[in-house]
Amino acid sequence: MTYIAKPKFHHRAIPTNALGYTHRDYEGRVSTLCAGCGHDSISAALIQACFELSIEPHRVAKLSGIGCSSKTPDYFLGQSHGFNSVHGRMPSVLTGANLANRELIYLGVSGDGDSASIGLGQFAHCVRRGVNMTYICENNGVYGLTKGQFSATADKGSKSKTAVNSDSPIDLVSLALVLGATFVARSFSGDKTQLIPLLKAAIMHQGAAVIDIVSPCVQFNNNPQSTKSYDFVREHNDAVNRIDFITPRAEITVDYAPGTTEDVKQHDGSIIRLSKIDESYDPHDRARVMGYLQQRHAAGEVVTGLLFLEKETEDLHAHLNTVDSPLNVLSEKVLCPGSAKLAAVNDGYR
Amino acid sequence: MTQPISATNDFVVKFANVNGSGSASANELFARCILRMGVAVASRNIFPSNIQGLPTWYEVRVSGEGWLGRRGGVDMMVQMNPQTWERDIDEIEPGGYVLYDSTKPLTTQKTRPDLTLLGVPLTQLSNTLEGTIPRERQLLKNVIYLGALSALLGFEPAVVEELIRKQFKGKNKLIGLNMKAVELGHSYASANLAGKCKLKVERANIVGDRIFIGGNDAAGLGAVYGGATVCAWYPITPSTSLAEAFMAHCKKFRVDPETKKNNYAIVQAEDEIAAIGMVIGAGWNGARSFTATSGPGISLMQEFFGLAYFAEIPAVIFDIQRGGPSTGMPTRTQQSDILLAAYASHGDTKHILLFPEDPRESFEFAADAFDLAERFQTPVFVMMDLDIGMNDWLCKPLEWDDAKVYDRGKIMTAEELEAGKEFGRYLDVDGDGIPYRTLPGTHPTRGAYFTRGTSRNRQARYSEEGIDYVDNMQRLLQKFDFAKTRVPQPVERPARAATRWGAIYYGSTSVAMDEALASLEARGLFVDVLRVRAFPFADSVLDFINAHDQVFVLEQNRDAQLQKLIVNECAVDPARLVSILHYDGTPITARFITDAIAERLTLSRKEAAE
Repeated sequence: MTYIAKPKFHHRAIPTNALGYTHRDYEGRVSTLCAGCGHDSISAALIQACFELSIEPHRVAKLSGIGCSSKTPDYFLGQSHGFNSVHGRMPSVLTGANLANRELIYLGVSGDGDSASIGLGQFAHCVRRGVNMTYICENNGVYGLTKGQFSATADKGSKSKTAVNSDSPIDLVSLALVLGATFVARSFSGDKTQLIPLLKAAIMHQGAAVIDIVSPCVQFNNNPQSTKSYDFVREHNDAVNRIDFITPRAEITVDYAPGTTEDVKQHDGSIIRLSKIDESYDPHDRARVMGYLQQRHAAGEVVTGLLFLEKETEDLHAHLNTVDSPLNVLSEKVLCPGSAKLAAVNDGYR
Repeated sequence: MTQPISATNDFVVKFANVNGSGSASANELFARCILRMGVAVASRNIFPSNIQGLPTWYEVRVSGEGWLGRRGGVDMMVQMNPQTWERDIDEIEPGGYVLYDSTKPLTTQKTRPDLTLLGVPLTQLSNTLEGTIPRERQLLKNVIYLGALSALLGFEPAVVEELIRKQFKGKNKLIGLNMKAVELGHSYASANLAGKCKLKVERANIVGDRIFIGGNDAAGLGAVYGGATVCAWYPITPSTSLAEAFMAHCKKFRVDPETKKNNYAIVQAEDEIAAIGMVIGAGWNGARSFTATSGPGISLMQEFFGLAYFAEIPAVIFDIQRGGPSTGMPTRTQQSDILLAAYASHGDTKHILLFPEDPRESFEFAADAFDLAERFQTPVFVMMDLDIGMNDWLCKPLEWDDAKVYDRGKIMTAEELEAGKEFGRYLDVDGDGIPYRTLPGTHPTRGAYFTRGTSRNRQARYSEEGIDYVDNMQRLLQKFDFAKTRVPQPVERPARAATRWGAIYYGSTSVAMDEALASLEARGLFVDVLRVRAFPFADSVLDFINAHDQVFVLEQNRDAQLQKLIVNECAVDPARLVSILHYDGTPITARFITDAIAERLTLSRKEAAE
């Protein structure tokens, strides 16, 4: 019931993370989305991921566009600044925010209408620039807020209550790969065990991390003929791997059979541990990943997992060679050349 | 018979070139030589939206009296483009001159008996330059005509040499080659055309310490001085050179001497929408950020302007106006985005506009714009135009007060939040309509808020309650009204005799207006003037209008946009305002203004007499 304020009390034995924060410190306002909406599961996964990573909530900036998915930043990380911008333009706003202060963690939350239609251009360009961010597309194949029109990610032949989609779908994961994203994943809002570690790895990734999350719309696109329904994704989920995200201070407790896992060390010392489900799948070979995705999509499967990871990355700030400190703290002492230099400038124009 | 024009320090030379032929630097050198002799020049590029092969002109007005507007008319045509020969010849004033390449004799080309033909065999002379390739000889032909002109007009040889040495500093071979080219032209003209040209430049003391600089260059530098750290832009004529100038000045002044890292970030965006999105994202996050664009870009950015206005995010936009609508005249000048910018975006919006009159004021307003944007947490538009932006203007040296501290506006700090200071993002605590904002990442438990383009209450919580919406919209209006006391104030100049006539003007019209006023005064016609420098309008604009029976409003657009804005925003009787409009894409001239005003005033005197 969305009109009841969330109670603030909690059990005194509730677990705390390394910073002493509880899970509750990462929550936001009560969601106003429909009961059973996949997006709420993603918000919950984000809360859990940030809690487990022991991120200071206020050091995260949440940016979104317009749509159901773009409303969700209000429902997690209530101590973070959020920016619900304009339709399809979250990537540019996030890019600008990131340029102003490179020290915060940037979550870009978008949907399939926001990212694959009106915002396809901005999606493409923020990815190819390597903006250090986690770009989450909460993908349900429809425009929920305007009551169920197909979006550009809806599969050809997909049916809603009143229409059949005849247009070819846009696959944001394939696009992200072509555009040079250094971290590309797909997951399912209904698979928390897969999603939370993926979000953790994406958040700590130094560069453009794109996660396409199939997130069923219970109201308009959860029917049997939809390829974005709970049932369809459960039945056709082709997970290529499972990952664990191990922070530098965490103890490694689980043993794996030799040869079945690969550890990829991240810039901050944390480790992405990949457990292979499909032996032949190599998430570091961009071209083969693209081929694999095409084949499985043709076979009607939804490929999920950490699909691609580049081991060595650099972000937009590295490309621009910006100073280490955030640009938004520089004062006139650093920024203004002063009158003496202006005198020399004037001379140059005589 | 018409006598050849005889004039010292008061004439117009126009260069007719083919674009891509490398004439620009020789032509600019020509203008600078005259400046070095202490005589004022006003130069204007007239160029097509094209890279190679089409006609391009460069007009230099030489004025011993120091007038900097376009005069109109041409006294000497340096004709280097066969495509435009006929129209160029037609444009020359009676008794004028043509300098042309006489390597091939003129046969079928039209000439006029009143013109003095100054033939210089430029191609033939350039072929005598040893050790050069054809492309170099093409470039050097331009320098040869500079040499010929220096002889014909009487430049001091030392001035020419000094400027060539400055231009090619450190490249001795090029200095030698260019000096040789100057000498070729100079000696040919001295030997063959002596006494034929009665246009002369004589050393004077008009220029003083003034500088010769383009508005885009100056505004880019102003952004550096004003503390801009983020620039996001998309190439569009005539604004491109502003972003490029910012980049060049940043490379000079903004690289950390120790780490060699940049105290700035410049992104060439995928389009204008993304450019303004980045500017707004950076502004939201506390960096001074801007974009530079022109009319079509302003059209594309509309939705974001509304967001920045409503969500109250600082942003600086340089609009280098060109001829519209649509693609219009992309390489011609106009002041036709005034209404578009003033009310940009859907819903009830109003924006702060600044109207610099020249490159010096472009520098100053560029820096000021960041203070205003952060103080008022809103977009600020610096309304330049192609004439200011892309032409070099003679103006007073740029100045900076080292005591100046950036006004970062109302930003609540972590310390204030920690001390328990009340924070409501849209709460007007000071009665000026301006709320406090916090920057992302400030405090672990206080001051976070959700920024949105939807309606909200004072605590930034989503609300579509009429009372919250109206409260917010009224506060925005109050804030905007307060801005009129903080933006650059109008500059008034009373006539030397009492008059019931006034004139309002703004932006690049200034130089032509100065000259027009002098000629009107010489004819005994007096007009008080007021130069508008910003919107919202200061109260003195209304006072000025009310103090006169009739007020001319001079603009470079078809629809009298500033006049309409005045009528819309001030309680003024529209019948008092008379538009004078020049919008053919060329800069307004003193002749045009003088004629338009004189006609009205004379008519009115006649009517009074009847």
